[in-house]
Amino acid sequence: MEKQATRDAYGKALVELGHRYRDVVVLDADLSKSTKTVDFAKTFPERFINAGIAEQNLMGMAAGLAASGKIPFASSFAIFATGRAFEIVRNSLAYANLNVKICATHAGLTVGEDGGSHQSVEDIAIMRCLPNMCVVVPADGITTHKAVEAIYHRPGPVYLRLGRPSVPVLYDDSTEFSIGRGIELRGGKDATLIGCGIMVAKCLEAAERLKIQGIDVSVVDMHTIKPIDRDLIERKARETGAILTVEEHSILGGLGSAVCEVVCEQYPVPVLRMGINDQFGQSGAPDELLEYYGLTVDRIVENTVRLISNK
Amino acid sequence: MREISETSIQAVNAKALLIRGHIIRMLGEAGSGHPGGSLSSADIVSCLYFWEMNVFPDDPRRPERDRFVLSKGHAAPVLYAALAEKGFFPVEELDSLRKLGSPLQGHPDMRKVPGVEASTGSLGQGISWSVGMALAGKMDPPSGHRIYALLGDGEIEEGLVWEALMAAAHYKLDNLVAFLDHNGLQIDGPICEVMSPEPVADKFRAFGWETLVIDGHDIRQIMQALNTARIVKGKPTAIIADTVKGKGCSFMENKAEWHGTTPNREQTIQALKELGINQA
Repeated sequence: MEKQATRDAYGKALVELGHRYRDVVVLDADLSKSTKTVDFAKTFPERFINAGIAEQNLMGMAAGLAASGKIPFASSFAIFATGRAFEIVRNSLAYANLNVKICATHAGLTVGEDGGSHQSVEDIAIMRCLPNMCVVVPADGITTHKAVEAIYHRPGPVYLRLGRPSVPVLYDDSTEFSIGRGIELRGGKDATLIGCGIMVAKCLEAAERLKIQGIDVSVVDMHTIKPIDRDLIERKARETGAILTVEEHSILGGLGSAVCEVVCEQYPVPVLRMGINDQFGQSGAPDELLEYYGLTVDRIVENTVRLISNK
Repeated sequence: MREISETSIQAVNAKALLIRGHIIRMLGEAGSGHPGGSLSSADIVSCLYFWEMNVFPDDPRRPERDRFVLSKGHAAPVLYAALAEKGFFPVEELDSLRKLGSPLQGHPDMRKVPGVEASTGSLGQGISWSVGMALAGKMDPPSGHRIYALLGDGEIEEGLVWEALMAAAHYKLDNLVAFLDHNGLQIDGPICEVMSPEPVADKFRAFGWETLVIDGHDIRQIMQALNTARIVKGKPTAIIADTVKGKGCSFMENKAEWHGTTPNREQTIQALKELGINQA
């Protein structure tokens, strides 16, 4: 299976965007080789600003650039872009409703060996609760590429969450990607698996295994966590009567919470949230960490069986 | 370079007086807000809006306008008063300060008030915006517009300020001028006792800024500093303006407790009387 890291797709998409639109500027905080903004920096040096190791000022400068009509793409690791710079993101970007795209890489456990200090498992939650902020978590390189174009055209602040490791390519260029519209990857009647980011591929694999056991599940790529696709969630709740959410993020405040908010208000059915259970990560290889924290195909299969038995 | 004349100095002084009157009146009416740092910066802000800057009240977002960023956003009354006097909105609207539904929020909101360039109030962020605006000014086909920021001397205790100052010098932003309203007081007392940022001029110089020290209530000195800043090339200019907190109101001057306390009815009348303004 073809693989690509979402951060690599981001770097390539940025260069294309830079060729097409003169108002695109890119900021980074001494991580351009890791966030993959380096290609943009080489192609358009006059539109690239390195903030140095100063994420607060990175966001503040992005605000000033946006207030001057530019469309800044501000990149760093997720932990720093949303954590270190939070109050600047809150007051300078979200409160002022500025057209800044926070594109953060190295989100979640799969940062790997750098350990818990660098593994952002709360970023979706803290970005999602900010008024005006849109939150997008693409599952593969193709949809990352499409997301970069889509967020350029969407006015206002956006948080785009990207990862470090190579992940399976799930889509092709003909895929329609629209912010706020989840993608139904397969139909099914027994339950719905709703994933985001790198967990979408695992949901698909789990669905195949469940099929062998005679369990027919639907799979949704909920790439936009905010504004969330309420209609799709309600429809899947009605059609399948049970929902499993899977995310490389804390079970508090992320995709699972967002889905529960919709389900309990619009069409209550059992929901089981898979994610990181209110704890920090640690050093290890990405796959070892996903195994340790229970974010595997095996566990998705087990939990789906359990969920359906409780319907 | 702009011409400095007795007439222009008198004109700015006259505006500064009106602005001080508005500050006292609006804060008396609002019952909460920050008079001390609004009054200490009234001469600087008046000089910017009524002598230095090209702004367009009838077309507030014209791309070639100069930009003023009130990094010490709690001094919102001085900005609102200057914008109203300049014609961005009616002077009568000043009475709505801090009231429910008013565009005149406790701290400036660029989405609500024409002429407000940055939503500030959380300290340290305005100077960071200013650096971004100055970078954008360098990227655009040069229209020659300039960016002016106003920092408080307590504000510079925020670490973000120094990140921004470092970046401004690194990117050689000679289209950026930052005033420091150096009144020496913050909420809990003298800045030197709470958390000294001194020696401030040395610090700005060490961070690569052309640094001037002036009397922040002397209009001629403010004008001369702004003209000097226009000929500085390859680096930003800091103007350390020594000021008096509460300037123009005898019972507020040099008193930290007037940072965030507003005058009652009698105090409002007394303050306006001292300024030579009769209406309350």
